[in-house]
Amino acid sequence: MASDFVRQFPLPGGSRTRLSEVHLDALLCIAVLAVIVLGLVVHHYRDDDTFYGQMLRMSVGLSALVAAAWVQPRQYVSWAPVVYGVSVGLLILVLLIGTTAKGSQRWIDLPGLPQFQPSELTKIAIPLMLAWYFHDRRLPPGLGDMLVALGIIAVPVILIVQQPDLGTGVLVAASGLAVIVLVGVSWRWMAGALALGVAAAPILWMSLHDYQQERIRTLFNPEKDPLGAGWSIIQSTTAIGSGGLLGKGVGEGTQSRLDFLPEGDTDFIIAVIGEETGFVGVLLLVILYLVILARGLRLATLAPNRFGRLLAGGLMLTFFAHVFVNIAMVCGLIPVVGVPLPLVSYGGTSALSILIGCGIVMSIHTHRTGRR
Amino acid sequence: MEDHELEQRAFLTRATVVFLMAAVLMLGLLARFVDLQMFKHDIYSTRSDENRILVQPLAPDRGLIYDRWGVLLADNRPILSLAMVVERVADLDEAISDLGWSIDISDAEIAEFKRRIERPRRPYEPVALKVNLSDDEVARIRVDGHRWSGVEVVPENLRYYPLASLAVHAVGSVRRIDEDDLASLDAVRYSGTKFIGRFGVEEFYERSLHGKVGHHQVEIDVRGRVVEYLPENKVLPVAGQNLTLHLDSRLQTAAYAALGERRGAIVALDPRSGGILALVSNPGYDPNPFIAGIPQEEYRLLAASPDAPLFNRATRGTYPPGSTFKPIVALAGLSEGVTDWERTIIDTGEFRLPGQSRVYRDWSWTPTNTGGQGVVNLRKAIYRSSNVYFYQLGTRVGVDALGEFAFQFGFGAASALDVESAEGVLPTRTWKKGARGEDWFLGDTVNMSIGQGLMLVTPLQLATSAMVIANRGRWVQPRLLLSSDAVLSGFDTPLPPVRVQGPTEQDWEMLVNSMEDVVHRGNQGFRENGTAWWYIGRDLGYRMAGKSGSAQVVEIAQGEEYDEEELDERQRKHAWFIAFAPADDPRIALSVLVENGGGGSSVAAPVAREVIDAYLLPRFASAPQPAPSASSVARPRSSPMEQPPPVASASGTRLIHGSAPQPAPSASSVARPRSSPMEQPPPVAGASGTRLIHARL
Repeated sequence: MASDFVRQFPLPGGSRTRLSEVHLDALLCIAVLAVIVLGLVVHHYRDDDTFYGQMLRMSVGLSALVAAAWVQPRQYVSWAPVVYGVSVGLLILVLLIGTTAKGSQRWIDLPGLPQFQPSELTKIAIPLMLAWYFHDRRLPPGLGDMLVALGIIAVPVILIVQQPDLGTGVLVAASGLAVIVLVGVSWRWMAGALALGVAAAPILWMSLHDYQQERIRTLFNPEKDPLGAGWSIIQSTTAIGSGGLLGKGVGEGTQSRLDFLPEGDTDFIIAVIGEETGFVGVLLLVILYLVILARGLRLATLAPNRFGRLLAGGLMLTFFAHVFVNIAMVCGLIPVVGVPLPLVSYGGTSALSILIGCGIVMSIHTHRTGRR
Repeated sequence: MEDHELEQRAFLTRATVVFLMAAVLMLGLLARFVDLQMFKHDIYSTRSDENRILVQPLAPDRGLIYDRWGVLLADNRPILSLAMVVERVADLDEAISDLGWSIDISDAEIAEFKRRIERPRRPYEPVALKVNLSDDEVARIRVDGHRWSGVEVVPENLRYYPLASLAVHAVGSVRRIDEDDLASLDAVRYSGTKFIGRFGVEEFYERSLHGKVGHHQVEIDVRGRVVEYLPENKVLPVAGQNLTLHLDSRLQTAAYAALGERRGAIVALDPRSGGILALVSNPGYDPNPFIAGIPQEEYRLLAASPDAPLFNRATRGTYPPGSTFKPIVALAGLSEGVTDWERTIIDTGEFRLPGQSRVYRDWSWTPTNTGGQGVVNLRKAIYRSSNVYFYQLGTRVGVDALGEFAFQFGFGAASALDVESAEGVLPTRTWKKGARGEDWFLGDTVNMSIGQGLMLVTPLQLATSAMVIANRGRWVQPRLLLSSDAVLSGFDTPLPPVRVQGPTEQDWEMLVNSMEDVVHRGNQGFRENGTAWWYIGRDLGYRMAGKSGSAQVVEIAQGEEYDEEELDERQRKHAWFIAFAPADDPRIALSVLVENGGGGSSVAAPVAREVIDAYLLPRFASAPQPAPSASSVARPRSSPMEQPPPVASASGTRLIHGSAPQPAPSASSVARPRSSPMEQPPPVAGASGTRLIHARL
């Protein structure tokens, strides 16, 4: 049975442990911390500034996790429309006053606050809003509910794509679609939507920016422009491939140390890990990510109500989508989009939203006793 | 409750399916990693190494060049230069102006740099922007350098010539390898080399001086900057061989000083070994700025100068030999039996070929003085330089026999072992037919008899002929190389000495006596003194044999007097003097040319004496005491003249080319006053080592 698969994971859930008194989940915490530590080790051997910066960001993120876990799930229910509204508002604000970086407006630079990317907030806001929307509806959802749900997803996604940030847009959409999948839309509908998507592919292709088309073309033939568009993918696969089974040793990766590999601290850090720790390191990391996903989904299934289930499941699948898209991109399986590797890449906003997401999942799980 | 249970169960199913899909996706990713990291590991490993590892050639140190006393003639100086790898600089102008904030870069340097990068060159080779940085400049670049991509401070060995312009025409110089060289040079052998010998010894012995290239691996970053030197697979370069020349830098300096401001050339030889003791072409030029790269403007000035400082007169300049050729004609006549030492003629100052009206005159002829030299035998014909005697003699010998005989002295050929030189012209019937398309006329023979007309010689050739006379007929191949650290492969060994065929033992001695008269015969009355006696012979403390010559540059119309005052300076006669001394045991033979100097005896002879004085007088001065030196190994020497050539070799084994006497090891110190060479045989570092002698005698 498929359901048994999930159950096989250790279950401290039933009994109250000391960690659950502070509304944390032991296994999820351990897996998250393990990934963070692995990332910090890599950063430590690369650059002191990013290492300490990452330490700081992770401390902030973990505090946010604890705080988010402390909050009662019903609070989230009541905050959901507000959070969604605020995030859509911020996305509009970005388009109006955002800071331009690398040719697109993604950042807001408000006085007194650290720079942040509002699109990161939507990765929480959309699952939250959808969970809120579906929490008292009749299931499985009818066509009307589906259209509303798609609308909830579409508004921020369109705003993000306008920045333009197609990669984040796709991932934000995925965070919403994850909830829709979990809410119980029939497989037939999903297959139909998929077929529709494939059929619409040429139209989508036409609507892409030139540079986006170029990235996709590069994916299939990076050698066409080895010093330009193909550079990063050639160098990242070279880094990974040259790592072999056991890697060149942490801090010894020549591709990254000598700067052949671009963005080694951020989006391409999995290539550094692949180069320095080899397949073994990558395997360990992938296992840890699957543990996080499995545990998160397990906590979702244990949630006392629909809101909790949908929110926790949606957040965990969003998390996974990031992992998958990032790794697939770095090893040259999908086009290069600006997606960091969760909990490992250097960067604040992304880690914050993911850790808050984990916090919310733990909150849902550890506040169960109140029930329904 | 039931509803809730159902919904929970449905969710569990969904979550499980989604998780399994996620796991499958991750497995797909892992499969990609397995493919990259295991199956294609070798490919990517190689690719990664190709990214970062660069094989850099290690240039060998160029061999040093010493004079016979161990004085450095060509040295290597380590310097630091600012260079750019143009391929790695995004915006050259911006980079240069950026650099301008840290160090001074002149417009001329920028222009020169631009010129260098325009030319084809090896890719990724740093191109020098500013050569020979000061410590301060290096420090400033090191501080700011990380900001610039493709900017490097590169160490290089710059050739340095301590004697600068004094020895440039003997030693030659090196120049930066340019695109033309790249096409012809061995790409691997020269992969690390920036300079190549041009001219002189530097060019001739390029193969030996160059050494063997080594290489090592360096790790570079994405900007091409060297991050680390990798110890693996390092092959050290092998330095080029050090060469010791016969050249005597003191004599060279003295010879230069003797010429002073006058254009001309001096070649001095050691008659025993054929070794070139001095090789001067004046004016010279300082080769040192060329090596760093002088602005083109300065080069153009040098190249365009009417004094032609870049031109090596001593080996490449060809001039009519004038009367200095008469001793050869005399010997030819003796060999052919058309004259002897007794035969006399009446020199009326004029000569006519039978049936021709053209008058060939003696050098002493003037419209008011037409007497000629009176009764003249061969000896007097030489010390008085009687043209008329030689007009007659030459026509009797004939061009064929004369040419054949003169060829034995090295005329008409580049016969030196290791000096690139002009062949000059030793005219023959066939040569004239080929070169001028004209038949040979008897008049040509008349002119040739006194070294005029079609004949052209180099100062080196005339010095060689003086040496052969000094040796009483023994020709020794002129050479610069005295010894080297090891066998020089691929070079000709010196030709064995050859005896000039024809003249008898007595003829040679008589000729030498006649040439001594040129210098020493004095107080004998009108038209009886040696031509050079008044100028150099009156107070000469040793016996010198010589012959003057004044080579006409322009044709003087019949019956017109040659008036130096009226002629343009550039059209005046070239003054020649050949000499050797001591006459009975010659140690030095030389030729002196003063371009447009006028009379050979009055202008060139004093120069010759100054040079010979500089060479011999210190030896005479130290002759009485056999030069004991406190630190030197006491070793009796038969004569100060047997001064061994010095050896300044680090290795024990040396090869001595030719017949130079074997040097005696000595432990005296290096730095000694130059004034008394006899006392200070230069030290031999590898004194204990075996010495291979390549003596040809």
